[in-house]
Amino acid sequence: MLGLSPEEVGILELSLRVAVVSVVCSLPLAILVAYGLARFSFPGKTLVDAIVHLPLVLPPVVVGFALLVLFGKRGPIGSVLDEWFGIVFAFRWTGAALASALMGFPLMVRAIRLSLEAIDQRLEVAARTLGGSKIWVFVSITLPLALPGIITGTLLSFARGLGEFGATITFVSNIPGETQTLPLAIYTFTQVPGGDAQALRLSLIAVILSMVALVTSEWLTRRSEQMQGNDRR
Amino acid sequence: MIDVDIEQQLGAFHLAAKFTAEAPIVGLFGRSGSGKTSVINAIAGITRPARGRIRINDVSLFDAEEGIDLPPEERRIGYVFQDSLLFPHMDVESNLLYGQKLRQARERFIDEARVVDLLGLRAFLRRKPKMLSGGEKQRVAIGRALLAQPRILLMDEPLAALDVSRKSEILDYVERLRDELAIPIVYVSHSVAEITRLADTVVVLSDGACLAAGDVDEVMGRLDLKPATGRYQAGSLIETRISAHDSHDQLTTLSFDGGELIVPHLDAPIGERVRARIRSRDVSIATERPAEISMLNILPGCVTATEVDGGPIVDVQIAIGGSMLNARITRRSFQQLGIRKEQHVYALIKAVSFDQRSVRYAGSAEER
Repeated sequence: MLGLSPEEVGILELSLRVAVVSVVCSLPLAILVAYGLARFSFPGKTLVDAIVHLPLVLPPVVVGFALLVLFGKRGPIGSVLDEWFGIVFAFRWTGAALASALMGFPLMVRAIRLSLEAIDQRLEVAARTLGGSKIWVFVSITLPLALPGIITGTLLSFARGLGEFGATITFVSNIPGETQTLPLAIYTFTQVPGGDAQALRLSLIAVILSMVALVTSEWLTRRSEQMQGNDRR
Repeated sequence: MIDVDIEQQLGAFHLAAKFTAEAPIVGLFGRSGSGKTSVINAIAGITRPARGRIRINDVSLFDAEEGIDLPPEERRIGYVFQDSLLFPHMDVESNLLYGQKLRQARERFIDEARVVDLLGLRAFLRRKPKMLSGGEKQRVAIGRALLAQPRILLMDEPLAALDVSRKSEILDYVERLRDELAIPIVYVSHSVAEITRLADTVVVLSDGACLAAGDVDEVMGRLDLKPATGRYQAGSLIETRISAHDSHDQLTTLSFDGGELIVPHLDAPIGERVRARIRSRDVSIATERPAEISMLNILPGCVTATEVDGGPIVDVQIAIGGSMLNARITRRSFQQLGIRKEQHVYALIKAVSFDQRSVRYAGSAEER
């Protein structure tokens, strides 16, 4: 495929799967958290805000280590999930997805929160007087109006997930075919004598992937803004 | 029938409004900050009063004692906001249908085609709100509120954001709603011109309290409400009927309880009811019937009230038959003429002081 070796296709496929799953699973929670932070004031709000932003400022290795402690096979959360639901994160690709989701979470929440805060809340009041219940108003007015932020947040988190290195390698190690995503594979090749050419090929793939993500994001954002009548041209 | 009796604390502002009104159009009048919007927000269920009750056509929307507080979506109140608040991500038609889709078929009394025709929206159903002018937006907002099948329409200064020509266009549409749909309207405004043109019953609010409620002619003419209704806007309203046209001089005669008014030609049939608004400063007073004067309207009457506040201007209320007319003269003239209560005087009004804005057709005799 496109002159890629089966091994490279495997790495690419794994990286995309990790990034897509992490984004899809964290999006609903991110919308919920962003909505809570944008619209409500409650005791401990500053603390919640700080915790959400923590992965942005902590060394990724620390995040990975924390995941290892909490979600490891013997960790307080990991053991319960394994025992009750049979969900295992440690040394699996799902763990890589969890690490990327966590690292991209603050970016996602930030972008969605900003667009939620930009919505004129009286539009929601107007929709209520027209007969919309709270939930229907959220679905039909709030979410569509926050769409540019949701798209931006999703793409930022997706790109962050594709590039995730520190937390992933600490939490789920570097297992070819299971947890060895694109950045991990590049790192591995740079550590092997004569692996430079392979590292370069994979780096080029990473560049192309990031460019595609950026252009798609830009295009989607513009589309959704046009949908709202804000033509930027 | 609108029955409001509410009390609410909004920051430092205390609202205590109590009134009942029944009319095709109820005007809610007051200066900015008087509590007009607070009252209709409470009616719509956007804010919750601390105590009291709100009833529309005997349906209880809010009653603190009985623990009734319907959420906004169940009140069936059509709310037209000052700045229309159209949904920017939907085209005009989706905006219009937003509320209709949420109402059950048996609650519907007006359909899309009717609203579109009534408000002249056919040409821009596919447009986004961004592409509409201020007046068009407001028409869509009215249509959207109507299609939510409301029991009553609340309009909060719907003309505030519009320029003069758009204002009169929207006023025409509001009159069409009143005449063709028979839906009660609460019209909020700080403009005497809008209130007197549209409303039949007016509620005057000031500092969060209801000062007066009643027939618009009577309430707006009251001198004691002047601090709330405003000095520069002072005037009186007289209910008249067209009794003659003079095609040679292009004048129309209006008869009312107390005499006749001659005004520039009005394009309406004889018998049509006309509400004439006469600004106080257009009325002069003479103690004897003047001769050799250009003024066409010389009306004998009797002074019923005077208001002297120490300033250069005095307001005098004159009973002309069963109608009340307010005159605004200088304190100097007031003293030179020695005007006092129960004195017989002549009120003088130039025919040219009437213009299209100062008369309003109240519908022909057959309709009422």
